Amino acid sequence: MTRSASGSRRWSRWRPAFPAKPTDPPAPVPELASTAGGSGPGPGVVELDIAPNDPLLAYFTGGHGTVDLDGLELDSPALAALRAEGTRLAVPLVSQGELIGLLRLGPRRSEQDYSYDDRKLLDDLATHAAPAIRVAQLVRQQQAELRQRERIEQELKVAQLIQQQFLPRELPDLPGWQVAAYYRPARAVGGDFYDFIELPGGQAGIVVGDVADKGVPAALVMATTHSVLRADARGLASPGEVLERANELLIGEMPPYMFVTCLYGILDPPSGRLRFANAGHNLPYLHGEGGVTELRATGMPLGLLPGMRYEEREATLRPGDRLLLHSDGLAEAHAPDRQMFGLPRLAKLCGEPGSGEALIDRLLAELAGFTGPGWEQEDDITLVTLQRLGGTSAPQVLDEFTVPSEVGAERGAVERVAAAVAKLDLLPPARLEQLKTAVAEAVMNAAEHGNQHRAELPVAVRVTASAALLEVAVTDQSGDRPIPDATEPDLDAKLTGRQTPRGWGLFLIRNMVDELRTSGDGAHHTIHLVMHLHGHQAAGEGEDAADGNQ
Amino acid sequence: MATNELTVAVRYHAGVAVLDLAGDIDRDADAPLRHAYDRAVDDGATTLLLNFAGVDYINSTGIAVIVGLLARARRDHRPISAFGLGEHYRRIFTITRLSDFIGLYPDEDSAVAGRSAATSNPDVRAAEGATE
Repeated sequence: MTRSASGSRRWSRWRPAFPAKPTDPPAPVPELASTAGGSGPGPGVVELDIAPNDPLLAYFTGGHGTVDLDGLELDSPALAALRAEGTRLAVPLVSQGELIGLLRLGPRRSEQDYSYDDRKLLDDLATHAAPAIRVAQLVRQQQAELRQRERIEQELKVAQLIQQQFLPRELPDLPGWQVAAYYRPARAVGGDFYDFIELPGGQAGIVVGDVADKGVPAALVMATTHSVLRADARGLASPGEVLERANELLIGEMPPYMFVTCLYGILDPPSGRLRFANAGHNLPYLHGEGGVTELRATGMPLGLLPGMRYEEREATLRPGDRLLLHSDGLAEAHAPDRQMFGLPRLAKLCGEPGSGEALIDRLLAELAGFTGPGWEQEDDITLVTLQRLGGTSAPQVLDEFTVPSEVGAERGAVERVAAAVAKLDLLPPARLEQLKTAVAEAVMNAAEHGNQHRAELPVAVRVTASAALLEVAVTDQSGDRPIPDATEPDLDAKLTGRQTPRGWGLFLIRNMVDELRTSGDGAHHTIHLVMHLHGHQAAGEGEDAADGNQ
Repeated sequence: MATNELTVAVRYHAGVAVLDLAGDIDRDADAPLRHAYDRAVDDGATTLLLNFAGVDYINSTGIAVIVGLLARARRDHRPISAFGLGEHYRRIFTITRLSDFIGLYPDEDSAVAGRSAATSNPDVRAAEGATE
């Protein structure tokens, strides 16, 4: 090459920006393949812009090989520019129909014309160089993309770490209340957060918020908000004042264009009184006897304007009432047809009975059905429920189902009861095992003795809980046939053949539960298995082995 | 939860027939347990050790099956002991007084050791339990 080239070899890369419109500005040449490892053009490289509609581009990619610019007649600004720079020969580097570079040569030093051999050499060079350069370009491009992806992933990870650092590790234990929380971050983390703050006098502070941005900056703002609220909540008895203070503190801390929506409530568990203020966050839904109501209180998001006042409102949750606090992630989720999940749908679902856990499950199932499979979650989803457990007069149904009157059907019943009870964490493991055995025996009795294993008569199971009691009612359809008075099993008699080996069912049930009642209405018999929920010793504990010896 | 039919494998440990139970102890456990017992007796076993480690579910009909097995073993003067029972079912063995007739051990080694010590008079424990 040196023998023929008078000017420096100069590269330029032009990538046609398809589909390029003629009005597009010329595509700049961002990098050069020959200078591996560097970023941007290296030595001996110039950038050249050729407009997508310049006829020279079509000529270069047209398979003409090395082009003598002197002999070319084209109405081309790029050609004029090349000539003005003193380029005599242009060797297009074309890969898969795309111009990826251009080798430009000035006049020969010997002032002779380029020979046939020179051109042939240049053509050969271009034929071999173009694909190699293309590969190098692709590799570099890929590396750059990978680096970019890694950077974004890293940032996401940091943001996630910060955010999750501030989510509560566990739910508060409020006597007479069931608290449930669900949080699912979007891939590109949003700024949702929630918190429970222990306050003097057994009161509980409840926070649900959303930073209106994503990534590390949003996570940092979330962390700041979290700390500010925690610091103020303990000293201030008024939710409005807490938000007011938080707003003042955040104004100075927040990056521009960022703000935080936040709902803060103070719950008095014994009375069910909830005082709350709202800095522009989604309104909570209260489900009570009168249906679903929104808990409304006005206020600007935090961090926007100084001197804001926050309206303070109050609601009372009666036994059985349930409150849902939520972030945008659910209501603003989109179906593939761009339809939005929406608040009306959410409000309607909040009207269905069941525990807070059940509501969250229901909402997530509805969401999954609405968005369909393969949905990329758009924003964080936060759901927090507070439910005041019913008094003894108003037990709440945890589950209700039937099983067929067949051998082995008790297994399914046990599993469902255990799931309903475990979900609310109502019983310690050993007591749950006792209940499971009692349920199994009660269902077996109902299927066998009550329903005589008749396929058309199912066994009904109903699990209810109040603040103090958990009850499993097992109902058969034995009509008015009395439940046979089971003989007390006597192991000695059984071992010596004076009693049948069977007949342990009722005995086991009695020893497993705290209370055992039966009821009937002429068509059905029901056995009620009752477990006490607070501070109760396991039934039968401390009995010694001689108890059954009568 | 699907039912899980009981299978019983019989093996020997220091002269004691160990019945490894896997599955549910319910009414369907009767046949496999009886067959395993027969096999152990045919092999000349004098003591039986029930391994409950593979059992997650025992109901009242299963208790009846165990009572039947125990009654037979007592007629044959073959002591039975057991290990591998979880806390919950140990409690049920206590409530039903099965533990008065079936020695409960925390693990196989202590069960085998306990059994060997008792073989001189296999019915001592049971007799004591019955007259308590």
